[in-house]
Amino acid sequence: MPRILGAVAAVLLACWQVAALAVGDDREQMKGLDEQVQEAKSDVLGIAAELARLEEKLLYPSNTQVAVFVALAAGDTLRLDAVRIQIDGQPVAHYIYSFKELDALRKGGVQRIYTGNVATGQHQIEVTASGKLPDGTDYSQSRSFTFEKGVEPKLVGVTLASADSGRPPIDVGGW
Amino acid sequence: MRRAPSRLLGLGLAASIAAGPALGDDLRDLYFGEAIFHAGQGHYFDSLQRLDTELGQYHGLDEPQYDTLHYHIGAAEFDVGDFELNYRMHHRAGRAIRAVLEGDVPEPVRNEAAYRLARIHFQKDQPADALQALQRIDGEVPEGIRDDVEFLRGNVYMALGRPGDAVAVLERLQRSKDLTGFAAYNLGIALLQDGRTGEAVEQLDRAGQVDVEDAGGRAIRDKANLVLGTMLDESADHARARVALDRVRLEGPFSNQALLRAGWTEAAAGNFERALVPWNMLAAREVTDSAVQEALLAAPFAYSKLDVHGRAASLYGRALETYGNELERVDASIDSIRKGHFLEALVREEIHQDPNWVVRLRELPATPETYYLMALLASHDFHTGLQNYLDLEDLRQRLASWKTSFDAFEDIIALRAGNYEPLLPDIDASFREFDAQFRLRMAQHELLERRLHGMLTAPRPDYLATADERVVLERLNRMEAQLADADSEQQQALRERIARARGTLTWRLHTEYHERLTLAHEHLRELDAVVEATTRQYESFVRTRQEATHSYVGYDAAIGRLRQRVDAALAKVERLQARQGHLIETVAIDVLQARRERLVAYQEQARFAVADSYDRATRQQTSEARP
Repeated sequence: MPRILGAVAAVLLACWQVAALAVGDDREQMKGLDEQVQEAKSDVLGIAAELARLEEKLLYPSNTQVAVFVALAAGDTLRLDAVRIQIDGQPVAHYIYSFKELDALRKGGVQRIYTGNVATGQHQIEVTASGKLPDGTDYSQSRSFTFEKGVEPKLVGVTLASADSGRPPIDVGGW
Repeated sequence: MRRAPSRLLGLGLAASIAAGPALGDDLRDLYFGEAIFHAGQGHYFDSLQRLDTELGQYHGLDEPQYDTLHYHIGAAEFDVGDFELNYRMHHRAGRAIRAVLEGDVPEPVRNEAAYRLARIHFQKDQPADALQALQRIDGEVPEGIRDDVEFLRGNVYMALGRPGDAVAVLERLQRSKDLTGFAAYNLGIALLQDGRTGEAVEQLDRAGQVDVEDAGGRAIRDKANLVLGTMLDESADHARARVALDRVRLEGPFSNQALLRAGWTEAAAGNFERALVPWNMLAAREVTDSAVQEALLAAPFAYSKLDVHGRAASLYGRALETYGNELERVDASIDSIRKGHFLEALVREEIHQDPNWVVRLRELPATPETYYLMALLASHDFHTGLQNYLDLEDLRQRLASWKTSFDAFEDIIALRAGNYEPLLPDIDASFREFDAQFRLRMAQHELLERRLHGMLTAPRPDYLATADERVVLERLNRMEAQLADADSEQQQALRERIARARGTLTWRLHTEYHERLTLAHEHLRELDAVVEATTRQYESFVRTRQEATHSYVGYDAAIGRLRQRVDAALAKVERLQARQGHLIETVAIDVLQARRERLVAYQEQARFAVADSYDRATRQQTSEARP
C-alpha cells in the first residue's frame, strides 16, 4: 500500500512539475510577446503620424483648411446632447455625444468636430448646441459668428457653457 | 497586493487629466486638448498619435517658444508618458519620462518624473529599479503626489522583501485621505510579512473598518476583512473571524469567498446550522464561480452533520447534477476554444460598445467558449494576453482600413491630374503675359517712388510738368533750335518771345512745385493701393497655381513608402496576433483544465457522499419507524 501511495505521489509531483513548467513557459512567451506587441504599437503609431501628415497635405491643404473644435467651459456641468455646425449656411457637422465623450469634454478634452476646406476670406459659422442643464431644464442655444480665413490653417474653437453660468453660452475663438 | 499597481495607474491618469488645461481660459493648443479628449475616453492610440505629432512639430521648430504647445509643454511631456503607460507601452513610457528627468526642468517636475519612472519599473516587476528611481527624488515634491510617492515606496520595499522598511513608510501614510483603505491594508500585510502577526491582525482589523465611499476603497476594505477572517479562522479564533467576515459586503468582489469562509468558520466551531446560512446563500449564486461550486458540497455536508441526511442526500444529488452540467460546459468551452471560436467572440465589435462586455459575452446564447470568461479573467497571464490580443486586433483593423485609403488617395490624385493637366498649359501661357506686364508696371512704380523720394532733397520742377507743358517746352526747344543761327531783328524778337514763354512756364513750374509734389505723392499713394491689390492677386494666383501642382504631384513616393510600411506592419501584427491568440487559447484551456479537475474531484466526493447520505437517511427512517 505505501508503495502505491508513493507511486501516486511521484506521478502527482511529476504532473505538478510539468504544469508548473508549462505555466512558466507560457509566462515567458507572454512576456516575450508583450515586448513585440509594444514594438508593433510603436511602428503603427509612426505610420499613423506619417499617414496623418499625408492626408492633411492631400485633403486639407493649409490655405483652405478649417478645423472646428468643441469644448466645455472649465468646470461647467452642462449635459451636452448634440452640436450642429453650419459654415456659410451649409451643414458640415452634427454630433451626438455619448456619456464617455461628455465625460472627456468635462475633463478638459477638446473634440475636433469638423475638418474641411473653405476659400480665403470671410465666412459665417453657425453653432447650435442642445442638452440639459444640471437642474434638468432643456438647454438649446444657437449663435452665428464671422471668421476670417487666411492662407494658414484656420482653427475655430467653440466653447459651450450653461446659460446661467455668467459666461456666453456659445463662444468662438480663433487659434 | 496586486491591486496596488492598478490603484497607482488610476492616480496617474487622474493626475494627467488634472494637468490638462482648464478650457476656455487656459487652453492655448487645441490639438493638445484633442489628445486629452481621446485619452479621457480611453482611446490611447488616438491620443498618442495626436500628441506625438504635436510634440514632433514642437521640437522641430527653430523657435518653439512661439508655438501654442509651448504653454503646455510640461504637461504634454508628462502626458505622453502617461498615455503610453495606459496603452501598455512601458518601454516608450520609460523613455519619455527619462527625457523629462534628464532635461533642464524645475525640481518638482524632476521629482514627479522620477516618481512616474519608479511606477513604471514597479509595474514591470522591477522593484530594485523602482527603488533606484525613487531615490532620485530630492527636495520639493508636488503636493498632489507626495503620499503616492511614499505609498509606492512602501510597496517597493514589500516587493523587495523589506517589510520592516515598508512598515515604517506605510505607518506615516495612515492619515492620508486619498489612500485610506489601501495604506491601511498594505500596512497590515507588511506587518504580516515582517512576522509581527499580532500587530498585523490589529492593523487588518482597523483596515477592515475604515470609512470609505469609493468602489476601490470598499473593495480593499472587504479584502482586509477576508484576509483577517481567514487568518483568525486558521488560528481557531472563530468569534473574531466571524466578526471580520460579517463585515465583507454581500455584493462586493470578495463576497463569495467571504461567504464560503464564513461557513467554514462556523463549521469549525461546530455551528453547522449557522454555517448553512452563508453556504445556502452562496449555493444560489452564479455557478461558474469556484466558491459557489465548493458551497454546493459544503451545504449538504453541514446538513449531514446535523443528521438531516435526507436533505443532505438531496443536495448532494443536486450538486452531482450541477457538477455534471458544469463539466459538460467546461468540456464544451475547451472544445469551442480549440476550434477558434473563443478568439472570434472576443473581437466582436458590437460587444465592446457595451461597458459590461465581459458579462454580455458570457450571456450570449450558444457561445460555450465564453461561458467561463470571468474565471479566465482572474488569471493575470490571461488578462495580459487578452489585452494585447485586443490591442493587436485594433491595430490590425486600423492597418487594414489604411490599406484601402491608399487606393482612394490614388483615385483623388488621378482625378486632380486629369482635371488640371489639360488646363494648365493655357493658364501658364496667359500667366506668362500677365507676369511680364506686372513686372514692367512694378518696375515703373518703383522708379516713380525713387524719383519722388529724390525730389524731396533735390527738387526737379521739370519732372512735375504736365503733359501739355512738356509739349509746349518741347516746341519752344525746337523753335529755339531753328532760330539758333538767325540774327535778323524779327528773329531776335521771336527769340525773346520764346524766352518769355519759357520763363512763364518755368515760373509756373517753380511756384507750383510744392503743390505739384504733394499732388504727385497723393497720386502715388493712390496707386499703392492698386499695386497692393494687384500684388495680392498675383501672389494668390501663384499660390493657387503651385497648389494645383502640389495637389497631385509628388505623392507617389510617399504613398508607395507608406503602402510598404503598412503591408509590413500588417503582416507583423497578424503574425503576432496569431501567436498571442494561440497563447491565450493555451492559457484558457490550462485554466479550464484545472477547473475541470477540481469539478471531477468535487463530483467524486459528491458521488460518494450522496450514497452515504442516502444510506444514513434510510437507516434513520428505519430506526424512526421502529416502535
